[in-house]
Amino acid sequence: MGIVSPGFQGRPRSAEPALPPGQYLTEDFPVLSAGPTPKVPLDTWEFVITSETGAEYRWTWDEMMALPQETVTVDIHCVTRWSKRDTDWRGVSLDTLLDGVDTAAHYALAHSYGGYTTNLPLADLRGARAWVAHTYDGGPLPAEHGGPARLLVPHLYFWKSAKWVRGIRLGTTDQPGFWETAGYHDYGDPWREQRYQGD
Amino acid sequence: MTEMSYLDGNMLDGPLRELFAVDLSTATGRCDNCGMAGPVAALQVWSHAPGLVARCPVCTEVMLRLVRAPDRAWLDLRGTTFLQVPMPLDQPHPRPL
Repeated sequence: MGIVSPGFQGRPRSAEPALPPGQYLTEDFPVLSAGPTPKVPLDTWEFVITSETGAEYRWTWDEMMALPQETVTVDIHCVTRWSKRDTDWRGVSLDTLLDGVDTAAHYALAHSYGGYTTNLPLADLRGARAWVAHTYDGGPLPAEHGGPARLLVPHLYFWKSAKWVRGIRLGTTDQPGFWETAGYHDYGDPWREQRYQGD
Repeated sequence: MTEMSYLDGNMLDGPLRELFAVDLSTATGRCDNCGMAGPVAALQVWSHAPGLVARCPVCTEVMLRLVRAPDRAWLDLRGTTFLQVPMPLDQPHPRPL
């Protein structure tokens, strides 16, 4: 053991997988918000996927809970430079939700209660890489973290994991969302440090 | 007869430099969503976010967004119909051409 301790908790640094460039580890769960927290009663909550033809696929809260549920443990990376390891979520895979959706679209725009939007390639919502998450760390997802349900797309910067998600619009053209129209990167891969346009 | 024409954006440099040098917290902004006109200082600013998001105190729609990268900044005013900026009377100002 050297003179300089690598830290006060957890495994030695050498055993940890690397963080994306420019990120630091945090133990708490910072709350970031671009506006007031919407209050969404579960009896009126809905999730809707709208295809490029306008066809709508809707789920109520009870219908969403009746779908196959998955538990995932993932690292998350915020563009404001904090990363958090081994976060525990439960929710419905986008693979399940997209299964019966007839679409030839390549692009998705997630939209939220409260008006937030963020865009992703539709391919990034498939392949067991994206969920509508309603449970965090064993309990209902708190409203300040996006409850009743948020998008969870942990392989991209966390602004893509839209809080208070209400639906996804599929399209044949890419439509930048809330932060993407204000300078942030269209795709947002933390491992390539795609923070801002042109990165 | 001389046809009316336009100038390139370089001519905005001087006039806009005059504007952007002022303290905008003393300016008045009009919300493009609800029409509220009030001081920029009264906007509700959400700063625990990837950028600054200023919302109308009446309807809470976004009026201004400011994102700062190390080498660049983005200012989005699409939610603001106008900014009315107080100007000193004794300062020479450009007349309409």
